[in-house]
Amino acid sequence: MSQPFPSYYTLWHKAGSYALKFTAFAVLFFLIVPIIVIIPLSFNAEPYFTFTKGMVTFEPSAYSMRWYDAIVTNPNWLLAIKNSFIIGFFATIVATTLGTMAAVGLSSQRMPYKRLIMALLLSPMIVPLIIIAAGMFFFYSKFGFAGTYTGLIIAHAALGVPFVIITVTATLSGFDRSLYFAGLSMGASPLKTFFDVVVPLIRPGVISGAMFAFVTSFDEVVLVLFLAGPGQRTIPRQMFSGLREQINPTILAVATLLIMVSVAFLITLEFLRRRSERLRGLESPH
Amino acid sequence: MSNTTTNVASTASSDNNKRGAAILTKEEARFARRELRRHKMTAFALVVPLLVFISFAFVAPILTMLHQGYYSPVVADLIPQTLEKLESWDGQGQPDKRVLTSMAIDLKRLAADRTSGKLAAEINRHKPGASSMVKSTARKLRRKDDADLAQNGAALLLAANKSWADAKTWQAVQKAGKIYTDGFYLTALDLERTFEGEIQIREATQIYIQLYTKTLRMALVITLMCLVLGYPLAYFLANAPSKTSNMLMIFVLLPFWTSLLVRTTAWIALLQTNGVVNSFLMELHVISEPLDMLYTEFSTIIAMTHILLPFMILPLYSVMKGIDKSYMRAAMSMGAKPIPAFLKVYLPNTLPGLSAGALLVFIISVGYYITPALVGGTDGQMISNIIAFHMQQSNNWGLAAALGTMLLILILTLYWVYDRFVGASNIKLG
Repeated sequence: MSQPFPSYYTLWHKAGSYALKFTAFAVLFFLIVPIIVIIPLSFNAEPYFTFTKGMVTFEPSAYSMRWYDAIVTNPNWLLAIKNSFIIGFFATIVATTLGTMAAVGLSSQRMPYKRLIMALLLSPMIVPLIIIAAGMFFFYSKFGFAGTYTGLIIAHAALGVPFVIITVTATLSGFDRSLYFAGLSMGASPLKTFFDVVVPLIRPGVISGAMFAFVTSFDEVVLVLFLAGPGQRTIPRQMFSGLREQINPTILAVATLLIMVSVAFLITLEFLRRRSERLRGLESPH
Repeated sequence: MSNTTTNVASTASSDNNKRGAAILTKEEARFARRELRRHKMTAFALVVPLLVFISFAFVAPILTMLHQGYYSPVVADLIPQTLEKLESWDGQGQPDKRVLTSMAIDLKRLAADRTSGKLAAEINRHKPGASSMVKSTARKLRRKDDADLAQNGAALLLAANKSWADAKTWQAVQKAGKIYTDGFYLTALDLERTFEGEIQIREATQIYIQLYTKTLRMALVITLMCLVLGYPLAYFLANAPSKTSNMLMIFVLLPFWTSLLVRTTAWIALLQTNGVVNSFLMELHVISEPLDMLYTEFSTIIAMTHILLPFMILPLYSVMKGIDKSYMRAAMSMGAKPIPAFLKVYLPNTLPGLSAGALLVFIISVGYYITPALVGGTDGQMISNIIAFHMQQSNNWGLAAALGTMLLILILTLYWVYDRFVGASNIKLG
């Protein structure tokens, strides 16, 4: 777009090209502005969801940290933060361990019923959450899992599994099998070869799968709505009730913190992607 | 992970088949087969723990929900005696005296256990208005003594409320008493069964077909909006210099990775009566009164378009990135006008990404719950919200399960289409 137009371009071509550029930037604006707007609003000194006169003219008194204070002094929010991390952590461990093992098995050429099993393992990603939530509520209640950490961890781990499968399978598909055979031909046992050769190479895939699983749990609210007792409220659950019952800028402060978390996440993921490409060396097509 | 031995063995045995000559001895062939089986078992053993876990954590709950859609033991558990006696009734006029007496005794017991409300609610689903009739009868019978009830139960029941003489009441009791019922599914399709067993369009309220239509319509509008907004942006990003596109891609990926609740919160902040958009428009004197944008179908569609747009852009972008720029140049240098060249050359090449994105957005939006629940108000509710309503507020779990089953069938059909045209294993992340 920034290169000079080819000589055969007519005026209409050029106009079209500018129109495209304008549309593209308008869509980017639509994508990013709603998220950016939250950040200054969270420093509002007044309990409103909009810019006050003072904020527009940049008066220092119009800005404050009071909504951030409101998070750290409110035991409900602190409990929610703690719960989100506890549930997210254990759900990630379960999903990543089982998911990585299964992905290794599934990438074997000898695996029977591969397509069917793959479709089954990926289905938690496709079935609407409300259906999963209703089903889990019926089923987990029978075992007394409803309203417990165990129930939520199991539920969130099931949601995280497809992401681990996808990322690990993707890394394994680009994996050069001759490296594994090289290890074996040098006399290492299959298990040792697996841990010393394969694991370091698929680690970026495992880590990004784990991150997807964690974010899935961290962001999930529908299952929490149905399965959690008052003691297991997570951050999104707390935001959900906050948005329904008493809207105040504390939610905007939480939202701002969560945006920071996703920025950190995005940076890590990009770092992992580059590392994985570097590790796999010349194979990378780009 | 396969092993050298097997590899060699299997190559050898396939050569063996090809040439029809015995390269392997019987002993060796058996060894190769055993090795192959061992590897199959190893691969399978690695997958089994997850299969067991998913079966328990995910598949069993879904099956339980399907079961809940036709299984309704509540009434059968509450008044077993009465239902048993009611079986011989022909459906015309007032049932046998024994039935009425048994009902009177049951109602007294339920009133004492404080479970008459449950029965009332269940019967009410089959005969609107029956709830208060059942409850008041139970209240009146509570003070009667057992001997009196056993003697004149029928008369006391009729004295408490004359609706008990009505055949319709008993038809409702009989329907509610069925342990296995297709009633929830029929209700979910706006149908009902007459006492004679014929299926007809529900007389009372028809809401669910309308709800499915509305959900599908909203999902379609959202998909089209994503397409209209996503296509030009993906095209621009795919054709921009990589430095520019990498930087601008952040604007697509950041919303994608930002919490759903955060994005929904953002739209509440923007669209509410005293929100950013209204203040901005009023400051510019475009409007004098704030517009009611939040809690409408409009706000649901806007917020969901924003949330799902990256799902459209990412597959489109990756497909467009692979299209050689010379195709369009060739078409235009041969004299094609830009628009026909685009329609005949470029657009067909983007179809894989376009169908992947569109199907994904459509599938996700059909089953969406959170955003309509928070910004939808009354007219932006979708099928998921009604399922949640029956789960949490009206406590009609059977109907919730039946509606859920319908939604599941719809989604699985769409997923099947997606798998056929796009391939489920082609799902890429970020």
